[in-house]
Amino acid sequence: MTIVASLARATLLEAVRNRLVWLAVVVVVIAFGLAQFLNQVAITESREIQTALLAAPLRVAAVFIVAVFVITSMVRESSDKVTELLLSLPAPRSAYFFGKFAGYAMLASILALLSALPLVPFANSQGLVFWTLSLICELLIVTAMSLFCVVSFAQVVPAFAAVAGFYLLSRSMAAMQIIASAPLQDPTLTDRVVNTVVNLIALLLPALDAMTQTTWLLQSAPSVSILGAVVGQTALYLVLICSAALFDLYRKNF
Amino acid sequence: MSQRSIAVVPRGVLVLFALGLAAQIGLKATAPPPRAAAEDLAPAPSIAALRLASFGDPVPLGKALMLYLQAFDYQSGSKVPYRDLDYGRLEGWLARILELDPRGQYPLLAASRLYAEVPVEAKQRSMLEFVYRQFLLDPNRRWPWLAHATAIAKHRLHDLTLALRYARAIERYAVADDVPLWARQMEIFILEDMNELETARLIIGGYLQSGRVKDPAELRFLDERLKELEARTAGKTPQKN
Repeated sequence: MTIVASLARATLLEAVRNRLVWLAVVVVVIAFGLAQFLNQVAITESREIQTALLAAPLRVAAVFIVAVFVITSMVRESSDKVTELLLSLPAPRSAYFFGKFAGYAMLASILALLSALPLVPFANSQGLVFWTLSLICELLIVTAMSLFCVVSFAQVVPAFAAVAGFYLLSRSMAAMQIIASAPLQDPTLTDRVVNTVVNLIALLLPALDAMTQTTWLLQSAPSVSILGAVVGQTALYLVLICSAALFDLYRKNF
Repeated sequence: MSQRSIAVVPRGVLVLFALGLAAQIGLKATAPPPRAAAEDLAPAPSIAALRLASFGDPVPLGKALMLYLQAFDYQSGSKVPYRDLDYGRLEGWLARILELDPRGQYPLLAASRLYAEVPVEAKQRSMLEFVYRQFLLDPNRRWPWLAHATAIAKHRLHDLTLALRYARAIERYAVADDVPLWARQMEIFILEDMNELETARLIIGGYLQSGRVKDPAELRFLDERLKELEARTAGKTPQKN
């Protein structure tokens, strides 16, 4: 347990010393400035425009920062042979994995809170709380997926491409399912095969499209049951991805 | 790099993975399938915003938006799938897609063959007018959809005046060589239905004299059509007397 806590602390320290928090602050300030500018342009619904155009880029930026940091940090650690050094400690590989994951998860939570900060003047408070919790869940899934991909591929480009593909696909899967199930003509065999494949892929992806909705900030907050579903999906997917990453980590030769 | 044996993976990890996978599949399999709701169709964004979002390549965005729009259109299990859509917003989306991809035919196909065939006359008429307005922007490419709109006006709305307006627009504005004979002749057919055979005869005569018809087969067809109309007009005249 001490090793897990130490690794988590070291990972968080690495993020701080990499000035990652400062980067997040700069992104937040730029997004806030952009939203203010667009507010001047808007004729009506200025609060809604500010909120929407602030929330969406901040969410994407947070996802991008988390994924890139997790991947580059792990690859650098591996290149510097620090991974081998840490794995030589008298602790199971799972301790190493969960230590790193805990550190990255803390960073993801800090980023989510920073992203929510500029929305305070515009969004309704309950909706903002739900949005922030949902963003933490989303970032935790991205963190776990980034760890899984970097453990499997051990290279920056393939790992990041896989995470980006996973994120975009998860976000748009519901729309793809609707499109696949709605041919304008009678469905052919090819249509049915494509539809089945799309549905099978959807089974393996988390429902990211239901998470961190901008409408929660603009209109009334979602019900607690929706937040419960988001948290449940996150917990379940973390179990799946973390166990898959552990499987790869245990089998890996260093 | 060779991997270590699966035996080195702790059993707990394997069990956790299997349970996680089963639970994820179970969760998603039991969730209701995603459905597009007609009332969810948001107003179309401005063309400036869409051009910005297209990153300088508007055609793929136009194609993708058409598929997005189609997802709202076609609601499985509904007998009147398009009736509940907000047609004002729908027209906005279709117009934006055509602005992004002016050569694309999909939006007008959808407008004339899908949205214009709902069992609500006001919505049919608004969609036919949309097709007409878009036709005027590029008649030589978009005439097939107005031709279909003409047929809808004639056979579904039973509004021969409207059908005539569309048919005349095709004859007048769709002047490319590849516009077929039957499309140019729609006005004649409509007039015929309105018992304006004499007028139709004059139009065909004028059409032939205009020199626009170069294809011998088309000339022959029109000539035969004119003779047929003359015969019918002559046949009707004694009856009137």
